[in-house]
Amino acid sequence: MTPSRTAFAAILAKDLRAELRTLQSLPAMALFAVTTFVIFRFGLDRTSLSGSLAAGVLWATLLFAAVLGINRLFVAEREEGGFDAIRLAPIDRTVLFGAKVAALLVYLIALELVTVPIFAIFFLDGASGLLPLIAVLLLADFGLAATGTLISSMAVNSRARDLLVPLVLLPLAVPLMIAATGATDPLLQAGGPSYDRFGTWLMVLGLYDLIFGLVGYAVFDFLLED
Amino acid sequence: MEVLLAAPALPLDEAGKYVAGAYVVFVVLLVVYVAIMAAKVQRIERELREVAAIAEERKEGQAAPGRGAEEAAPHA
Amino acid sequence: MYGKGLKPLSIATVSMLAVSLSLVFFYAPLDADQGFVQKIFYVHVPLAVVALFGFMAGGVFAILHLRSNDRKWDAYSYVAIHISVIFGVAVLITGAIWAKASWGHWWVWDEPTLVSFLIVFLLYATYYPFRYAIEDRDRQARYASVFAVTAGAFVPLNFMAVRMAESLVHPRTFATAEGGMPGEMMLTFLVSLAAMALLYTTLVKFELTAKSASGQVKRLRRALDAPVSGGSSRIAPEVS
Repeated sequence: MTPSRTAFAAILAKDLRAELRTLQSLPAMALFAVTTFVIFRFGLDRTSLSGSLAAGVLWATLLFAAVLGINRLFVAEREEGGFDAIRLAPIDRTVLFGAKVAALLVYLIALELVTVPIFAIFFLDGASGLLPLIAVLLLADFGLAATGTLISSMAVNSRARDLLVPLVLLPLAVPLMIAATGATDPLLQAGGPSYDRFGTWLMVLGLYDLIFGLVGYAVFDFLLED
Repeated sequence: MEVLLAAPALPLDEAGKYVAGAYVVFVVLLVVYVAIMAAKVQRIERELREVAAIAEERKEGQAAPGRGAEEAAPHA
Repeated sequence: MYGKGLKPLSIATVSMLAVSLSLVFFYAPLDADQGFVQKIFYVHVPLAVVALFGFMAGGVFAILHLRSNDRKWDAYSYVAIHISVIFGVAVLITGAIWAKASWGHWWVWDEPTLVSFLIVFLLYATYYPFRYAIEDRDRQARYASVFAVTAGAFVPLNFMAVRMAESLVHPRTFATAEGGMPGEMMLTFLVSLAAMALLYTTLVKFELTAKSASGQVKRLRRALDAPVSGGSSRIAPEVS
């Protein structure tokens, strides 16, 4: 039985390599996000954003870009019959879950490294809120990665997969959005960042991550059974 | 501060309409569900008739083989 | 035998509903703030509570299905969720009516409980297309159970998050001029809750019995080598 750590690293490496191949999707997603910012600029008729509006635009855009990107990751998997190969390998299935979540996490972080600075340049007056924002982004990314992996694994063998994943994922992502925007809103306020309820929201994000991480961990096995 | 309603007849002021509406929605949904289930039960009854007919035919066929298939009239 | 006990259960349900309605209109006092409109509370909230527990029960049945691989648990899970979705429709409509009567709008966003319920409802509404999209029956059952477990875990988390987003709590439901719910209202509420819970259980049993009967007919057909009729659903699990 392959030790978990080696297996984890191997799958992660494979996924990232696959990602690098389909890293075509990352610039595309970043482009999508930036274009969405432009649409918001005109849709809201604003050239600068602060507070709840800024938080909303940022998180809505990130969420939609993430949802679009999640499908891409698993499409590649399916097309090369990836799941079958892994199913045959003598490794712990939950290691597979962990590796996929990690890959998706890396993807989301990469996406944000590009889009958040651009968001700041487009809409924010100062960058002072960005540093604490990193904590929010990381926690939210993990939750999104866990839930996204779970849902797209469920949908991978179904018809209408492209519609199904966003359809199911978005309601599940609502508490994440609530907590993320709740924390981000005061950070991006016009007068400088405030930490109103910051800790509380981070805890909610952490709770979400914990719950869906555990659920995914517990349940992923059943998705790979024959 | 307790005010007991005087009579079973609903006072048909504004509030009454809304309350009635809410309870009507509840009842309607319940009845719609019953109707759907009724359709299901009808289908089950129909299928059972068919199966009973098949079973009877089968039985006749066994009892008198070669005498030619006799259509057994299903019990009404 | 799914039908066993259905008759006494339905009788109990009808009685409880009758008692509850009588209490609502003849016994419960008028609310200090909302007046007569508050009576909607006795149908809206019990429906909501029962629906939510139904969703979570669907998750529990799903866990049992995954662990035992016994298909009957998948049927239980499906029916639990199905009836809860129907109750959910009733919750949203009666909630809208209540909102219109109380605050003049058909929908209000500052009612965290109603908003949370909408989100949960939207999630469970995807249960049907989700099942439909998976053709292989075994896989469909398994994945649906995974969905039900995930969604069941989601319910309490969602309520908490939405509530935190609003500083306003569901107002006036449990308060009168004195503050705090008077005993008569509480009693009426509890009886209504019990009635809805019984109704839910009756409908679930009813549905399972009908499915079981269908399943028995199929079994008969197979035993007689008779052609199986084509009327089976793509998503509703069979009970045998």
